[in-house]
Amino acid sequence: MTTSLDKDMSAPTRWTKRHLLGLQQLDAAEITAILDQAAEFKRLAANGETKLSALSGVVVANLFFEPSTRTRTSFSLAAKRLSADTVDFTAAASSLSKGESFVDTARNIEAMGVSLMVVRHSSPGAPQLLTQQLKAGILNAGDGTHEHPTQALLDIFTIRENRGDLRGKTVALVGDILHSRVARSNIWGLKKLGARVIVCGPATLIPDGIERLGVEVSHNLDGILPETDCINLLRIQFERQRGAFFPSIREYAHLFGMNGSRIRRAKKDILVLAPGPINRGVEITPAVADGPHSVIIDQVTNGLMIRMACLYLLHQTAQNVLQVAAQGGH
Amino acid sequence: MRTTLIRGGRIIDPSQNLDQVGNLFIRDRRIVGMEGTASLANEVIDATGLIVCPGFVDLHVALSEPGFEEDETTASGTAAAVAGGFTSVACLPDTDPVVDNRAAAEFIMRQAERIGRCNVFPLGAVTKNNKGEELAEIGQLVEGGAVAFTDAKRPIANSEVMRRALEYTRMFHRPILNHPQVPELINGGVMHEGFNSTLLGLKGMPAAAQDIMVGRDIALAEMTGGRVHLMCISTRNSVEQIRRAKSRGVNVTAEVAVHHLALTDEAMRSFDPNCKVDPPFRSQEHIDALIEGLKDGTIDAICSDHQPIAEEKKNCEIDLSPFGIIGLETLLPLCVRTLIEPGHLTWPELVAKLTVHPSRILGLEKGTLKAGADADITLVDPSAKWTFDPRQFRSASRNTPFGGWEVTGRAKTVIVAGDVRYRSGE
Repeated sequence: MTTSLDKDMSAPTRWTKRHLLGLQQLDAAEITAILDQAAEFKRLAANGETKLSALSGVVVANLFFEPSTRTRTSFSLAAKRLSADTVDFTAAASSLSKGESFVDTARNIEAMGVSLMVVRHSSPGAPQLLTQQLKAGILNAGDGTHEHPTQALLDIFTIRENRGDLRGKTVALVGDILHSRVARSNIWGLKKLGARVIVCGPATLIPDGIERLGVEVSHNLDGILPETDCINLLRIQFERQRGAFFPSIREYAHLFGMNGSRIRRAKKDILVLAPGPINRGVEITPAVADGPHSVIIDQVTNGLMIRMACLYLLHQTAQNVLQVAAQGGH
Repeated sequence: MRTTLIRGGRIIDPSQNLDQVGNLFIRDRRIVGMEGTASLANEVIDATGLIVCPGFVDLHVALSEPGFEEDETTASGTAAAVAGGFTSVACLPDTDPVVDNRAAAEFIMRQAERIGRCNVFPLGAVTKNNKGEELAEIGQLVEGGAVAFTDAKRPIANSEVMRRALEYTRMFHRPILNHPQVPELINGGVMHEGFNSTLLGLKGMPAAAQDIMVGRDIALAEMTGGRVHLMCISTRNSVEQIRRAKSRGVNVTAEVAVHHLALTDEAMRSFDPNCKVDPPFRSQEHIDALIEGLKDGTIDAICSDHQPIAEEKKNCEIDLSPFGIIGLETLLPLCVRTLIEPGHLTWPELVAKLTVHPSRILGLEKGTLKAGADADITLVDPSAKWTFDPRQFRSASRNTPFGGWEVTGRAKTVIVAGDVRYRSGE
C-alpha cells in the first residue's frame, strides 16, 4: 500500500468548501479541481496504486434514506480505496421506524466519530438541513429532484476524457428532465464549463422556464442529433405513465429512444452516456448500449474516481480548517 | 359605573369615516363617544402619538383546541391574538373532534369565556368531519354560536356539495369560507410552481389551481344566491375574476393573508420549512396584483391565517413538513412594511381591512367605535421599532419565516369589553 499524495498542506487549494451539496454553487475552477483530482486518482490506479492512505483513520458514513445499491456501493468503494472506514445506514432497518427524526439520526451517527457523511434523501434540501445542524462534512448523493452532483461530475469527466475541453461542445440531455436531479446538476456543471446544452423530451416532462438556465429545449430528438456531440440518456420511470406524463413505454421509445437508426443519423463520433440503470429497449437499445459510441461502463469506473476525489477534497478542507485553528489560536 | 378616557390619540374608525385626534370615552363595557368630561374619568390612558381604532377582527385562526394542544390552545392563541391587536377572532373547525355539531361549537364559546381574553367566534364545519361529502348540521351549529362555515384548509372540492352548501346557508344568512385550491393540481406540491420550483427541484402548486376554484365558487355563488368568502387569495387571475364578479353584483368577498405580500417564492431557496404555506408564496407579479386588489376594494380584508405548528412537527424535511405559519403577532408590522410604508394604503384604509370589513363578512357587530358599541379597542404605535423574536411570542408555536426581521408598528394596548387585556412590554 503506497501513497503518492504528498500534498503540501500550506499550498493554496482551488477547493475550500466543507460540503458538496450541488453544482449550482460551484464555479468552473472548483469543478475543474474535482475533475483534475479524479484524473490523478485514475492515473494512480492505472499504475497499480489502487489503495491510498489519504483517509486512513477517517470514518465515512453512508446515510441513504432512499434505496440505492449502485451509488452506495460506489461511495463505499471510494472510501475504502482511500483507506477510510465506512458505516452504512439505510432507512429500512433504522430508528426512523421508531419515530426518530432525520436530523437526530444523522446527529447520533456523527456522535460516533463520523466526520464525512454521504447523504441520499427523497426530499430536496435534506442534506442542506444537515449542514446547519451538524459539524461533519456533507456530500449530497441525491436529494429528491434537486441535485446529484457526483453523477453530473462523472458524466462531465467522461466527456472531458473522451472529447477534451467542454467549451463549445453540444451536449443533449434526453428524457424526464422534470423529475431529474441528474439533469439539473448536469445543466449547472456543463453551463459553467462552457458547453451548449439542449434538453429533449416530451413536453410534459420538461419544466416551464428551464430556458432561463441557459439551455435550449427540443421535443424532436431526430432534429437535434446532427448537432449533438454527446448525448446523455436519462432513465424514464414507468410510474410516470400512470401519472399521465406520457401514454406508453412504446411511444416514448419510439420518439425518444436511442436506437441503431438514430445512431446512423447522428454525428459520426457522437458519445453516448447514460446514468444507469438503463432500461434496454426503452431509452436505449442493446446495440447502442453495448456499441462503440457508448461510454456507459466507463462512467461507472469514473464514478468511483470522482467520488474518491470528492471525499478526498472535503476531507482536505476539514484538515485545513483544523490546521488553521491550531496555528491561529490567540 | 366606571369611566375610562383614552386621551389624545388619532382616532381612526372607518365604520364612521372618522379620522381625527381626540378623546374617546368608555363606560363599563361600552363606548360612549368622543364627548365627555375628562376630569370625571376613573382611568386615563394616554394615547398621544398613538392610533386609536376598533380592535382587529381576524377572519380565521387555528386555535387548535381540542385535539392539537401541542400546537396551540385557546389560552395561548387568544394571548397571541391580543398581543397582535386583535379583540375578536373566528376560529377554524378543524380541531379533533371537528366542530361539526352544536356541542363542539358550544365548547369553543365556553372555553373562550373561561380564558376571558378576547372574543372567539366559532366557525362551523361545512361538511361532517370536514370530509367534503355530507353537509354538517349547519342549523344546529348556528344555534351553538357558529358565525360562518368552512372546511378550513380543505377545499370543498366536490362542486355539488359546494352548491348545496351555498343554498343551505342562505337560510341562515351566513357565508361559506372556502380555501380555493383544486386538490389534484397541487397534490404533493410544496411551493409555487414557476422558475424557482424548477430550480429547486420541488414540486409546484400552480396558480391555476386557485384560479379554477375561484371561478367555480363565483359561478356557484351567482347561481345559488349564496354568500361565498374566498380565503387567502394569492394569484393575479383570482383578483381579476373577483373584480369582475363584484361589478356584476355577485355575493362574493375575499381576503389576503399579509404574509403573501411579504415574501416571494424565492424565499424557498433556503429549503426552510417555515416558508411552506398553503397557498404558497408566489412571484412578484402576483403580489403586485394583490396590492392593486387591496387598493381598489376587490380584496375586502386582511387576515393572519394563523396556523401554529409544534416545532417537532414543522422542522423536518420539506416534503414532510406540514403547511402553515403563525400570523397573529406578525400581522400588523408586516402590514406596515408591505402596505403603509410604500404608500399603497393609508392607515384608515388598512384599519378598515382589519376591522369593519371582516366584521361585516362574519355578520358581527364589531369593528366599530360608534356610541354604544362594545369597547373593543386597539391602541397602535405606528412608529414603534422592534425586532421579531419568535421565542418571545405568546403563541405556543414558533413556526414563522420572519424571525429576526426589524419592523415598525406595534399594538401598544388592547382593550376588550372595556378591560385592558394587553399592554406591550409586559
